Amino acid sequence: MTDLLYTEEEEALRAAVRDLLTDHCDAPGVIARTESGTPHDPQLWKSLSVGMGLAGLLVPEAQGGQGATHREVAVVLEELGRAVAPVPYLTSAVVATEALLACDGEEAARLLTALASGRTVGALAVSLATAPGAPFKAVRHEGGALHGELTGIAEAVAADVLLVPAEDGALYAVDADAVTVTAQVSLDLTRPVAKVTFDGAPARLVTSDAPTAVRRALRAGAGLLASEQLGLADWTLTETVRYLKERKQFNRPVGGFQALKHRLAQLWLEVVNTRAAARNAADALAHGSEDADVSIAVAQAYAAPVAVHAAEEALQLHAGIGMTWEHPVHLYLKRAKADSIAYGTAGAHREALAGLVDLQAP
Amino acid sequence: MTDEAELKRRTAELLAAHPPATTGRGDFLKARFDAGLAWVHYPEGLGGLGAPRSLQAVVDTELEAAGAPDNDPRRIGIGLGMAAPTILRYGTEEQKQQYLRPLWTGEEVWCQLFSEPGAGSDLAALGTRAVREGDAWVVNGQKVWTSSAHVARWAILIARTDPGVPKHAGITYFICDMTDPGVEVRPLRQITGEAEFNEVFLTDVRIPDSRRLGEVGDGWRVAQTTLNNERVAIGGMRLPREGGMIGPVSKTWRERPELRTHDLHQRLLKLWVEAEVARLTGERLRQQLTVGQPGPEGAGMKLAFARLNQEISGLEVELLGEEGLLYDDWTMRRPELVDFTGRDAGYRYLRSKGNSIEGGTSEVLLNIVAERVLGLPSEPRTDKDVAWKDLAR
Repeated sequence: MTDLLYTEEEEALRAAVRDLLTDHCDAPGVIARTESGTPHDPQLWKSLSVGMGLAGLLVPEAQGGQGATHREVAVVLEELGRAVAPVPYLTSAVVATEALLACDGEEAARLLTALASGRTVGALAVSLATAPGAPFKAVRHEGGALHGELTGIAEAVAADVLLVPAEDGALYAVDADAVTVTAQVSLDLTRPVAKVTFDGAPARLVTSDAPTAVRRALRAGAGLLASEQLGLADWTLTETVRYLKERKQFNRPVGGFQALKHRLAQLWLEVVNTRAAARNAADALAHGSEDADVSIAVAQAYAAPVAVHAAEEALQLHAGIGMTWEHPVHLYLKRAKADSIAYGTAGAHREALAGLVDLQAP
Repeated sequence: MTDEAELKRRTAELLAAHPPATTGRGDFLKARFDAGLAWVHYPEGLGGLGAPRSLQAVVDTELEAAGAPDNDPRRIGIGLGMAAPTILRYGTEEQKQQYLRPLWTGEEVWCQLFSEPGAGSDLAALGTRAVREGDAWVVNGQKVWTSSAHVARWAILIARTDPGVPKHAGITYFICDMTDPGVEVRPLRQITGEAEFNEVFLTDVRIPDSRRLGEVGDGWRVAQTTLNNERVAIGGMRLPREGGMIGPVSKTWRERPELRTHDLHQRLLKLWVEAEVARLTGERLRQQLTVGQPGPEGAGMKLAFARLNQEISGLEVELLGEEGLLYDDWTMRRPELVDFTGRDAGYRYLRSKGNSIEGGTSEVLLNIVAERVLGLPSEPRTDKDVAWKDLAR
């Protein structure tokens, strides 16, 4: 049976990541950074990857990684979600890394080791809005170089190397300094997307089978995104409960009004459910379970709307202060809303389920 | 320390001494109780061995494989899930010896005399009176929503022994003999047509003081043990995928493509996901219990299943179209068990309306989650320091 709990080691990992984020990723700092030249936080990334070795969790030890599993990665993502940490962890240590794990050959092996160290940041050049198994855009490969343009590439600004699908069906590695990366003004301030323009960028073949690598990458991304969404929802609930115990109107804490208590209790239920769904997906990915596709689709179909609901409730229940730029709740709302599109909407995952569990459309 | 190997050894011994093929059901169950294999986490001499609760599965699996009879736990759920833990915690040695064995074997069915017409969500306001007369208590009042009252030998009962103190302080917990001539059980017909529950009228029922559980005036605290176990029992059933209400509607969807519409498809998939997630949450809760870290998730399970059962059965009736206009049978039956799958969609739709009322309304449970789990301030109380007799009613 699937283990839906956290092991002692996983709890220790959580505590370590949370300590780091408490010290080095406070809300005012994150808000200030969103309008700076580097929306991601290179120092924090260095501490997480080089310092703690977390970028290599999914990479076997023989290739310079930690040889851990999706279960540990999920715990890291919960904590990064709780802090809306502006680091390219999901995109590099999970999605780009999973794409490379699907590939053989020297280039893939070299990149895998580089990404595992955290000294190189990778990004899969597939729109963040793409669901696993859905079609994705590709660029033209000609004479060893790439030509074309891709949009909606998450964390491309932070990347040193891009994994790019081409029209010939192959996946190529391209150095970021050989392309033009233009930040797009993004809804999600802490995980911005970018346009990448290829104008004869030299390309190294990673695999001739891009669809398989991309599918594996997006599948892991979707399944583990549920843990980030759990972290987002957990923080917004906890913070809202804390605030409503403190905030007084009508000579009493507003958290004592039943209309608000019921909404928070309802949200708590949703967070509890999300935890079970997210743990189930992480465990299924870790064990390569036959049920993994169903587990991922269920987790994403459930967790995405919960994270959005939690952030929306947090804003409404904080009321005026929640509407300000100064209060961090908007970072969570923006991340949650963008996450609800990332790696396929809840609706896309429900459609996938219709096929997986034989509840066919009319 | 009783470990897995020891339990297997004892189970094998029981099976050797009382082969299920040649032993009567009642005799086997009594022997199982006496061997400490009934509920292994109970103390020795009371059907258990003081072993970890998680090891019960070892015994159950071995016995099932050997074709041994079980005690039909669904039929005696109130006894097993509510009366037994309360007797174990608050009963005298004599009471434990007298009641637990026939309770567990199913020889004696138990029911619960808690709710009253005037005391639903505010159960502590109950008005059934128990007046001391020598060595006995004389009880008068009316109880309602009592399942199994018509087949029960015993009842757990809470009654007011002191109307002059605030409501929580004046309650005492008793064991009531359902064969007492003052106990009258009337079927209570419900919206499904059947009468699954009863009203119970208590007129000068004499309960010896030896059948009191806990101290006089301490009944509310004793009842908490019962009620906490009720919620665990209601929310805690283990389910396979599609094991709940989502099963029949998914089956209909697969077998009858002519009923499908796009709107129903979207709603069905959404509910399927929610049912699967609720199932996983239940599984996670059980895993927490097994490793001894019970989480507060139990309070949420009942809430979740109540809403899901209602929405799913509502969708199922709609999916059936013209057939949804029909109902299988309005006859006033007297079922011993709630059987959601043995009846049609219309029955499921109507019966599940009770899921958000029985065992604590969803509104009260949301308050409990908000106050006990999230630590939010409780409702302003106007009844705390008022004697029960002076409360508004």
